[in-house]
Amino acid sequence: MKYLLKVENLWKTFNGKEILRDISFEVSPSDILGIIGPNGAGKSTLLYILVGVISPTKGKIYYFGREFKKNRSEILKKVGFASHYVSLPYSLTVEENLKVFSKLYGVKEENKRIEELLHLFKLHEKKKTLTRALSSGEMMRLNLIRATLSQPKLLLLDEPTAGLDPEYILHVRNLLKDWAEREGLAILLTSHQLSALEQVINKVLLLDRGEVLGYGPLVEVFNLFNVESLEELYFRVFKSDFS
Amino acid sequence: MIFLSFERIWGILLRHLYLLRHSFSRWLDLLYWPTVDLMLWGFITLYLQRDLLSSLNFTSLFLGALIMWNILIRAQQGLAVGFLEDIWARNLLHLFISPLNILEYILGLILYSLFKALIASLIMSILSMFIFSFNFLSQGIYVFYLTFALILFAWSIGLLTMAFILYFGQEAEILAWALALLFLPFSAVFYPVSALPSPFQEIATFVPTSYIFESFRHLLLQGKLNSSYLLKGYLYTFLYLIGSSLLLILTFKIAKREGKLIKIGE
Repeated sequence: MKYLLKVENLWKTFNGKEILRDISFEVSPSDILGIIGPNGAGKSTLLYILVGVISPTKGKIYYFGREFKKNRSEILKKVGFASHYVSLPYSLTVEENLKVFSKLYGVKEENKRIEELLHLFKLHEKKKTLTRALSSGEMMRLNLIRATLSQPKLLLLDEPTAGLDPEYILHVRNLLKDWAEREGLAILLTSHQLSALEQVINKVLLLDRGEVLGYGPLVEVFNLFNVESLEELYFRVFKSDFS
Repeated sequence: MIFLSFERIWGILLRHLYLLRHSFSRWLDLLYWPTVDLMLWGFITLYLQRDLLSSLNFTSLFLGALIMWNILIRAQQGLAVGFLEDIWARNLLHLFISPLNILEYILGLILYSLFKALIASLIMSILSMFIFSFNFLSQGIYVFYLTFALILFAWSIGLLTMAFILYFGQEAEILAWALALLFLPFSAVFYPVSALPSPFQEIATFVPTSYIFESFRHLLLQGKLNSSYLLKGYLYTFLYLIGSSLLLILTFKIAKREGKLIKIGE
């Protein structure tokens, strides 16, 4: 088993409309895969299917060599997800939210792990603050802490740097790259900040109207489309959306 | 086969206990209504007892029934309103991208509902003992049999409410408070089933609580439990529980198919 995640011929239909069509790809340790596409391409739906809150119409998903549908709870212990669009319960403090999710993920030595991550994501001084008092950037950092509580092997991130200040974007980017290189963490992420994304990812999946238009190592995809940057690639591939 | 993790169930209970810790209004809701209900009905029964109908022990009949109905309501709302709290906080997505499964989630809410029912019953029992000289626990283990059946029925209504909310969305959230009350007229809480008009008596035969409250009255008036009524009460309660559990599992599957777990609460 080389891959951490393998998606085979995935389809999703909502009310007769095809949202995802025959999606297949693989993610191996240390891969940082950027999912790129215009709004409505199906990026978020794909991520939600991969964490099991939307069921696919057809197709198979394997994590760590095991079928997701049959081993959901065991697999999700090692898969983290964070989205800019979803906040944690406002009426609990930062620490309380993290303690609750430590229980749900079965985190060992939870207090130590929470302290470590609060320091790492520079949120320690907000530990006793009610979540409703956090800024959008702090909320995103809290989401990232929650997603990494269980030391996942795979992280799925939906717009992870949206709302963050430039210094934190740099900090989070370096942190994720470091984990990927040193610990073999694989990351799947969507983002509209193409230039920042280009500095992190080593693989890309181009998605438009639910279909994969290109997939592979970043350099190979650049060569295939004869482009030199992600921004150029985006406008080349999705040009019909802007014409 | 579904593996249950006690740690994850505890996590759900902890989430709701933390919520309660920070919320004065939720504590007020938990303490205020049982107290007001008990005082109001307690004084009415005192009046009836002393001035109108001294041959019947109105205080024990009314206050006992009232405490039991409150236990049912608190247990049902612990489940249904606990679920709504996660919808209002848009927390369902976070919960179900974690290893938590639906059964563990329900069991966590059930523990929270037991906590709420326990608080309400303690307050009412203590107040009724000191103010109205009525000891709710004086009937011993029989009260436990009756109350447990009521709590099981409360959970079945709670599960039914959750299923409706999952399927119809937040439009159905009023059911968290209203659905249990729909059963109230047919439950014969404060009067016997025989006091109902005959079509309503027919309906009452399908309502488990009618057997349980009849059995409770029998216990107070005759001094012994009507085991036939109690068995029927348990039998119907289990049927409701199985039905509502299956409906919730079905609506949860539909919600995942239609992406409702992400949209609900928006």
